[in-house]
Amino acid sequence: MSSINMNNTPPLLQARNVSKFYGGKTACEQVNLSLYPGEVLGIVGESGSGKSTLLNCLAGQLQPEQGEVLFNTRDEGIVDLFTISEARRRLLARTDWGFVHQSARDGLRVEVSAGANVGERLMAVGARHYGQIRAEAQDWLHRVEIDANRIDDLPRDFSGGMQQRLQIARNLVTKPRLIFMDEPTASLDVSVQARLLDLLRQLVSQLQVAAVIVTHDLAVARLLAHRLMVMRQGQVVEEGLTDQVLDDPQHPYTQLLVSSVLQA
Amino acid sequence: MLKRIVVEGLSKDFTLHLQGGQEMSILSKIDMQVDAGECVVIHAPSGAGKSTLLRCLYANYRASSGSVNIWHEGNWVDVQSAPAQQVLAVRHSTLGFVTQFLRVIPRISTLDLVAEPLLMRGVEKQAAYEQAEELLSRLRIPQRLWQIPPATFSGGEQQRVNIARTMICDYPILLLDEPTASLDEANRATVIDMINGARERGAAVVGIFHDEAVRQALATRIFSIPAAVSLVAA
Repeated sequence: MSSINMNNTPPLLQARNVSKFYGGKTACEQVNLSLYPGEVLGIVGESGSGKSTLLNCLAGQLQPEQGEVLFNTRDEGIVDLFTISEARRRLLARTDWGFVHQSARDGLRVEVSAGANVGERLMAVGARHYGQIRAEAQDWLHRVEIDANRIDDLPRDFSGGMQQRLQIARNLVTKPRLIFMDEPTASLDVSVQARLLDLLRQLVSQLQVAAVIVTHDLAVARLLAHRLMVMRQGQVVEEGLTDQVLDDPQHPYTQLLVSSVLQA
Repeated sequence: MLKRIVVEGLSKDFTLHLQGGQEMSILSKIDMQVDAGECVVIHAPSGAGKSTLLRCLYANYRASSGSVNIWHEGNWVDVQSAPAQQVLAVRHSTLGFVTQFLRVIPRISTLDLVAEPLLMRGVEKQAAYEQAEELLSRLRIPQRLWQIPPATFSGGEQQRVNIARTMICDYPILLLDEPTASLDEANRATVIDMINGARERGAAVVGIFHDEAVRQALATRIFSIPAAVSLVAA
């Protein structure tokens, strides 16, 4: 983990009193957070705790019933994600942040080549020179440890771990300042997980990109996140530095979570 | 003297919710000051809260009350109440902490692990790796192990990698939790030299050392924790 630049920079992302309900059921309630450039925030909690819902609200994919999500954009300063047009929100989702889905198939276009999956993101933000796009795609495949000779293969022929790495390349190629990740390692074998974690850790610190990572895996959170938020039944029950929350949990639910982990 | 750490009224209670809300008071109203160039050894019986105190200094444990003021880049920062980003900044450049056990990161080689703190501080790659190699040699980690992740190393080897990873940065404050516990005679002597070296260049050192000879070799002062452990039913 790298350190965070704290020269009075404003937060990159802020959530204020964000609440989301499904029918009469609360998915997340009154969530507040600030994320600074280069900072990695982990959101942990069991299934159904509302962490993925919150992530989708933060990423502008799901409109909350209450509250606001403010993003400090590269070109236009701070915008409220849900008062701007859908079209602008979609553009920001390509230029200013990325989203890595739990299932790579939700984040990739499986019917076009690996190179195109990376390259089309560049084209979406204005790149036109074929040779440069291909060269950059190749460079990114290399950075996520995919063999250059697989550039023209379809991602459906890739292993789960390779698909996930390709999804990460596709998201990082446009150099976003923030990346949202929903259980990025959950669907992978343990050995493949280790490789992906190492890669994520390196990329996040080299590129100084901020991240919000939803995970139920406390070891993943320990490795990647500077700070943790613990969610239960839609509410944030505890937050703090990652090592504080995991080594000195205060809330009964966090104590249960931490003590339930099997020591390998 | 140049003060580096000022602890005021530090208390730490634990509430064990899984044990029916049992409360344990471990530290009660601790006051402590550490100057530059001092090595303060925390001394108390087992279970009296030595590690708890050290962890509160690092803000790994959150105090129940009181403050832990750290002299950080020309200002005092109370790491118990400062925002998360500021605590991380203090840890990054001021507070070095050697824990008893190495937290191994999958796939990262020993050499990378040791060089990493310097690279994160913007030190040029070649210089960082040269320093890492020098430290590993000094701590007698055989060269054939440098490219291997330390997961499979012995306890003593892991402990030395852990020491190298912290001592590679010239932290103004060092917190040491039994860094010599599983080392042989020769390596213990090397680590003692390193810690004394750090203190002589002006570092403020706070440590826990069970071995009497190590304490003798390092301590400029002993800090005793008042025996205040109480078990109160909730």
